Amino acid sequence: MESAVEVKNLCFTYPGVEDTPGVAVFNGLDLNVEEGDFVAVLGGNGSGKSTLAKHFNAILLPSGGTVWVCGLDTAKEENLIPIRRQVGMVFQNPDNQIVANVVEEDVAFGPENLGIPSGEIRQRVDSALENVGMYAYRLHAPHLLSGGQKQRVAIAGILAMAPRCVVLDEPTAMLDPKGRREVLDTVLRLNREQGITVILITHHMDEAAKAKRVVVLDHGQIAAQGTPKEVFAQVELLHSLGLAAPETVELCSALNRQGFSLPLDRLDAQSCAQAIFDAISGEEKT
Amino acid sequence: MLKDITLGQYFPGNSVIHRLDPRTKLILLVAYIAALFIASNFLSYALTLGFLVICIAISKIQPKAFFKGLKPLIVLMCFTGIMNLFFTSGETLLVHFWIINIYLEGLVRAIFMILRLLALICATFLLTYTTSPIALTDALESLLRPLGKIGLPVHELAMIMCIALRFIPTLLEETDKIISAQKARGADFETGSLIQRVKALIPILVPLFISAFRRADELATAMECRCYQGGEGRTKMKQLHYAPLDYGAFGVLALLLAATITLTVFGL
Repeated sequence: MESAVEVKNLCFTYPGVEDTPGVAVFNGLDLNVEEGDFVAVLGGNGSGKSTLAKHFNAILLPSGGTVWVCGLDTAKEENLIPIRRQVGMVFQNPDNQIVANVVEEDVAFGPENLGIPSGEIRQRVDSALENVGMYAYRLHAPHLLSGGQKQRVAIAGILAMAPRCVVLDEPTAMLDPKGRREVLDTVLRLNREQGITVILITHHMDEAAKAKRVVVLDHGQIAAQGTPKEVFAQVELLHSLGLAAPETVELCSALNRQGFSLPLDRLDAQSCAQAIFDAISGEEKT
Repeated sequence: MLKDITLGQYFPGNSVIHRLDPRTKLILLVAYIAALFIASNFLSYALTLGFLVICIAISKIQPKAFFKGLKPLIVLMCFTGIMNLFFTSGETLLVHFWIINIYLEGLVRAIFMILRLLALICATFLLTYTTSPIALTDALESLLRPLGKIGLPVHELAMIMCIALRFIPTLLEETDKIISAQKARGADFETGSLIQRVKALIPILVPLFISAFRRADELATAMECRCYQGGEGRTKMKQLHYAPLDYGAFGVLALLLAATITLTVFGL
C-alpha cells in the first residue's frame, strides 16, 4: 500500500533568538503512515506532537531528513500547494481557523483559493456540510455555534478541498464531552466510509483507543507504536512518560497489582466488565 | 453586555430591495446622495424624501429600526440645525433678541439641512439593513476592481474587511471575559476620576491585544493551510449577476436624478 506520509530521519530545531541555541525537537525520527490509516499520536506536553503535525503540510520544513506527503517532498517549494491540497489541517481553537462570517462561505474558502468553478464549489460545500452534519446550519454565523459545531465546520472546510489526508491537532482540547464525541464520530466516519487517512493528535486516551494505530512520542522520539491494544498494555511505560492508559486498562492494571491476572487489552467498558466478571467467577470456582 | 453592540446590522428578508444586487444598491446609494445634495427647493426635497419613504416601505423593515439607529446622531443633527438657524443671514427678520438674529431664510435652511442629513443617514441604513456584510464586501471588491490596475490592493482590503467583521463578535466576547477576569481580581472600572478610569482600561487592553495577535497568527496559519495565496486565481462560490430588477432600479434612480435636476435648475 502507498504511504500517505513518510518521515525519514527527521531532524528539526526551532531557531534560537540571537545568540541562544535553538531548541532541538526531533533528532532522527522515522514514521510511516499508510493510505487509509487512522493514526493517533500521543505524547505529553513538549513531546513534539504539534511540531510533527506541522511537518505534514509543509508549515514547518525539516532541518534534516525528509518528509514525503503522498509521494511529494515537502522541502521542495513547488510542492507546497499540491501538498496542502492533499493534506487538510484542523487546529485546536475552532475560532481561530474560521475565516468568513457565514458557515457556507467559510467552507467555500478553501475551494475558492484553489480556483475551482463556482458551480462545483457549491456542490462541494453542500456535500462537505452534509458529511459533517452541519448542512442545516449553512447560513448561520459561526460565532453563534457551539465548539463542537465550529470544529465540524472547520472539518467541512477541509473536506471541501477533497484531501486524501486530514491532520487534526488536538481538535477536541477545547470542547465539552458532547462536542468531543461529535468531532470524533465525524472523523471516524470519514476514515471508515471515505478512506481518508486520518492523523489525530490528542491528549485523550479514549480517542486514541478508537484509532487503528497509536504512536507515542516522547522528547521527539517514538517511545511506542502499534495497535491501541498493544500500546496501552504497556501501562508502566505510559506512566513513566506522564501519560495514562484508558480507564479500563488502568483499572485492570490496578487490580493486577492486587493479585488478579487480568488481560490489559480491554479498551471498552463492556469487555472490561466481562473480563473482571470472568476473573471473579473463576476465582470462586477454585 | 458588549454582545448587544451591533455594527452594520442586517435584517434578512425577501423584499425587492433585499433582492437587488449589492453593487446596484451601492451605486444607487451614491446616486441618491448626489440627488439629495442637488435638491435645493421644496419640490425637489419632497421628491427625494418621498422616494426614500417609498423605498423603506418596500423593504418592509420596521421604521423602529431606523429611529433606533438615528438616536446617537440626534445631537449632530441638532447642532447642524442650530448652526444654520443662527448663522444664516437673510432679508426677513423673524426674531431679534440681544445679538441673536433669526431670519426666515435661516429657518428654512436649517430645516432643509436636517432633512438632508436625516435622509442621508436613513438611506445608508437602508443599504446596511437590507444587505449582508459579506455581500457588501463582495460588492465593494467587485466595484473597486478597476482600481487594482493602479496598484490598489482591492482583494486584500476586501479580505481584511471580511475578517474584521468575522472577528468583531469573537473579540467582544473575549473583552467581556477579560473584564470579568480582572473584576474577579479586584479591578475597579466604575469609580474614580476620569483619568483613573481610563487607566483602569489598560489591564483590559493589554491582554486583548496579545490575544488578538495570537489569533491573527493562528488564523494566518490556518489560511495558508487552506491554500490561500492572495486574490490571484481565486474564484467565488457566489458570483454577482445583474438581473432585470437591477436595470429597472437603475432606471428609476436615473429618473429621480433627472427630475431633481430639472426641478432645481428651473426653480419650480
